[in-house]
Amino acid sequence: MEKRTAEANIMEPILTVNSLTKRFGDLTVLDGINLKVREGEVIVIVGPSGCGKSTFLRCLNALEDIQGGEIRLRGETISRDSKDLTKLRQKIGMVFQSYELFPHLNVLDNILLAPTKVQKRDREEVKKEAMALLARIGLESKAESFPRQLSGGQKQRVAIIRALCMHPEVMLFDEVTAALDPEMVREVLDVILELANQGRTMLIVTHEMQFARAIADRVVFINEGRIWEEGKPDRFFDDPKTERAKQFLQTFTFERKRAEEGTSRLASESCAPDAG
Amino acid sequence: MNLEFIHQYLPLYQEAAILTVQIGVLGILASILIGILCTMIHYFRVPVARQIAAAYVEISRNTPLLIQLFFIYYGLPKIGIRTNPYACGVAGLAFLGGSYMAETFRSGIDAVDKIQTESAASLGLSGLQALRYVIFPQALSISFPAFMANVIFLLKETSVFSAISLMDLMFTAKDLIGLYYQTTESLFLLVIFYLLILLPVSIVGSLIERRLRYAGFGS
Repeated sequence: MEKRTAEANIMEPILTVNSLTKRFGDLTVLDGINLKVREGEVIVIVGPSGCGKSTFLRCLNALEDIQGGEIRLRGETISRDSKDLTKLRQKIGMVFQSYELFPHLNVLDNILLAPTKVQKRDREEVKKEAMALLARIGLESKAESFPRQLSGGQKQRVAIIRALCMHPEVMLFDEVTAALDPEMVREVLDVILELANQGRTMLIVTHEMQFARAIADRVVFINEGRIWEEGKPDRFFDDPKTERAKQFLQTFTFERKRAEEGTSRLASESCAPDAG
Repeated sequence: MNLEFIHQYLPLYQEAAILTVQIGVLGILASILIGILCTMIHYFRVPVARQIAAAYVEISRNTPLLIQLFFIYYGLPKIGIRTNPYACGVAGLAFLGGSYMAETFRSGIDAVDKIQTESAASLGLSGLQALRYVIFPQALSISFPAFMANVIFLLKETSVFSAISLMDLMFTAKDLIGLYYQTTESLFLLVIFYLLILLPVSIVGSLIERRLRYAGFGS
């Protein structure tokens, strides 16, 4: 406890969530969530489907209204009534599961829309930045393409760059690989890993457990609208404290164990005649 | 068919066609503006104005243009507003067309996925910016076929203007039939002139529609 206070003094959290409560009608989806995110920290949020993790992310930039608690970004309250909501949202980049590129604009115009219209930045300057980022992910040649001409993985990487060009302080990733074909998952995760290496503050909701382990500074396990446990990834994945987290993690290891058992059984069977 | 008659009265039809197109274009432009206004009121859920817009749409769509025109042409002077047939024609068409345009735009906007608005919001766009740069362009492409159908419908509706003594195509044809009893020729010219006005509109409409469809739309 003392150590925590000391840490907090050294580095004021960039994002603070205090007893956040979200209800849809009578259904309580989030029930008193507390979370402090420090600058440069990568937080991975995991949990069974329907546990409220996506809703939690959507609350953070006020895409959902909240029924209790508060969210602060560097001390400024984020809520649907915030006067400066559009200003606050510029500081929080979000990437959606379904990409949500604007289908009537080409890749470059998708990226340039918000920086030029919202931040009123010089188009040429943003374009230079956008092209450099596109080159970084090997999509320079797609600048004039329309979203429908891109693969899912390409669309998602463009969506990430679109968010980055607003120079956000925090990035939110909402199951960004869940809609992708397996072979495209990697190219998107690699981009996010690179961002983590650059020291960006990120909150990531994902079902890719290996990726979660590799990228997270801290894993948060949400179940039934509450944080059941949080901690270092190795600690969480190797030695979960709660029974629910154990069960949850087992659903991911089940297949592998089965395969190992299968191989060993096959191996022993194939060895049998030799031995006999 | 009396070709000499056709030749003689062709200029009369030309004048009438110009009048029809003028009133049609002005009325349609006004109805687009009314349509956009109603759609924005609906989209931003403006209190009170929303109910008024909804009432307007129902009244306008569920009464015939002829009766709307009579109200404007004979009714307005009774409450002290001076009118002329030309302005009444434009106003009547705008009153009718506004509701059709409003419904067309609204259905287009409703057809754009809500998460597109959220995507725009997450980038810091205001509600108005999201509507203008993200939602409206997509809605326009979705509702364009219905929009063109409205334009053609409204141009055809101009044929009732003869009732308020506007010398449009229909008026001219009726007039000539009454004066000379050259029914075949008069009606023949009437059909030809309506086709001359409407066919290009229809063709240009389908060309634009095709371009919109093959532009950046659809995932």
